[in-house]
Amino acid sequence: MVLMTQSEEENFALSASIDNARNVSHILKAVHFKDTATVFATENGLKVTVEDSKCIQANAFIQEQVFQEYVIREDSITFRINLDILQECLSIFGSSSPSTTAMRMMYNGYGTPLVLTLEEDGAVTDCSIKTQEPDQTLDFEFSAANVINKVIMKAECLKEAFNELDVTSEVLQITMSPDAPYFRLATYGLLGQSHNDIPKDSSMVEYFECGQTQSNRYRLNLLKPSVKAVNLANKVCIRMDHRGFLSLQYMIKNENAQVCFVEYYCCPDEEFEDDNEPAM
Amino acid sequence: MRFRAKVVSIDCIHHFTNVVNTISKLLKKCTLRLTLDKMYFILPDQVSNGGVSMWCELKQANFFDEYQMDGASKEHNEIYLEIVAENICRALKSAQNAKSLKIKLTKKQTPCLTFEVELPSIASNSRLVTHDIPVSVIPRRLWGEYEEQEMPDFHVSICMPPMKTLKNIAERLKNLSTYLTIAANQDGDMTMKVETELVSATTRFQHLEVPPVTSTDEETQSKDWPQNEFASARVDIRKFLQFLAGQQINPYKVICNIVHETALHFFLIHDDISLQYFIPTVAV
Repeated sequence: MVLMTQSEEENFALSASIDNARNVSHILKAVHFKDTATVFATENGLKVTVEDSKCIQANAFIQEQVFQEYVIREDSITFRINLDILQECLSIFGSSSPSTTAMRMMYNGYGTPLVLTLEEDGAVTDCSIKTQEPDQTLDFEFSAANVINKVIMKAECLKEAFNELDVTSEVLQITMSPDAPYFRLATYGLLGQSHNDIPKDSSMVEYFECGQTQSNRYRLNLLKPSVKAVNLANKVCIRMDHRGFLSLQYMIKNENAQVCFVEYYCCPDEEFEDDNEPAM
Repeated sequence: MRFRAKVVSIDCIHHFTNVVNTISKLLKKCTLRLTLDKMYFILPDQVSNGGVSMWCELKQANFFDEYQMDGASKEHNEIYLEIVAENICRALKSAQNAKSLKIKLTKKQTPCLTFEVELPSIASNSRLVTHDIPVSVIPRRLWGEYEEQEMPDFHVSICMPPMKTLKNIAERLKNLSTYLTIAANQDGDMTMKVETELVSATTRFQHLEVPPVTSTDEETQSKDWPQNEFASARVDIRKFLQFLAGQQINPYKVICNIVHETALHFFLIHDDISLQYFIPTVAV
């Protein structure tokens, strides 16, 4: 299927095409908790960032190998875009049809709209979406070198745990420790205290490396959006650094069995002495 | 005034149910007009409907095994009733496995259409379920309001792509804008477009069938319209979606007639029934 001639493509700062638009919209669902997103494009692919309240950030990575064609003519491209509109356009022919929608996206540089062309069964839709001035996105300064505790588990296990959380609790307390209870999610709601433990020898846990006991509280309604990601993922990697900052990395497979990553960062809710405090 | 009809074939019951279900999705209240040969469901063009109007007619002989009526008078042997289509749908739900269905015009505390559904049962006697649906009889002097609108003098006429495809697309476009522009030309190209400050999206279909122009002596606007020029109409997308959403008739064809910048006229053709639906344009 040829959507554009070679000569017309030459001028675009970014031009990419994919045979199945769901391989993009599916990953974006995992970070779609606000109506605006910042798109970063480099030669490695796209990163789509969504933030809230300066406390939580979600990043979706769609590497260039996911696309059938990916051409970028600048070192890096950044723009802000309405994510509600982008997702509607990507799913224009209906998102659950057995047939696939092919998509080409083109961006001509600062100030120009993002142009999408989608095709399915002979019908073609052209969309032109206004882009906005990119805002500074947060840098959580999360580095692997500062990670104290790390657990990799099957996503369905965390999904169950998240679904059982007491929604009347304002905070979610996450405890990671080399000693029992190893990994604990605790809430303090109107119904009282409740906790959900996942021991390190559980069949759901694939990797467990905890150096020190850490227990931090995070605002539950900020972490809620990450449920979108856990519902789509196969595996999740949970890491806590020396400041108590939380990183949740989700491994999501697309319809071509390629793996894409979505990462959520969340900062702790209050100052908490976590080094010596025993797990509760 | 008298009316009684009976259906015994389960296929005809299902078929009739599909027609009434489609009507009920399109509008709440409508007028049921009964004549000797045909049954009509009519929604006239009124400000209260936002200018939308509908005309559906079916040949009673294709549905009913028995059909008798005595209209308002000998010269005007017709009955006009105001009904709520959804109530009839509910009554017909009971008839999905029926042995027979009888419909009668009766007088309970108010005039009613009574549906008698004969259902199979384990015992030798059948079970009888009766629904009395209140209706109001429309007096003869108001019948003039329910005349069939003339086929509009359209600029372009085209056969629509599959309704399911259109419905998927229109549902997405509805989240982008309230208004949709539908355009087509006599070459078989059709577009659906929304445009707002933040986004513009256009879906194109090609190689659609163009219904042959039935030759008449009158000059029609379509004869003067250039072959490849698009005629367009901008309508409220929810009205268009309403038309697409209820389709259970599986029509043979759906024709869209566009009166440039004035109205959209949809015409569903099926063996036994024909349904017309008008959507006026909204000011730009």
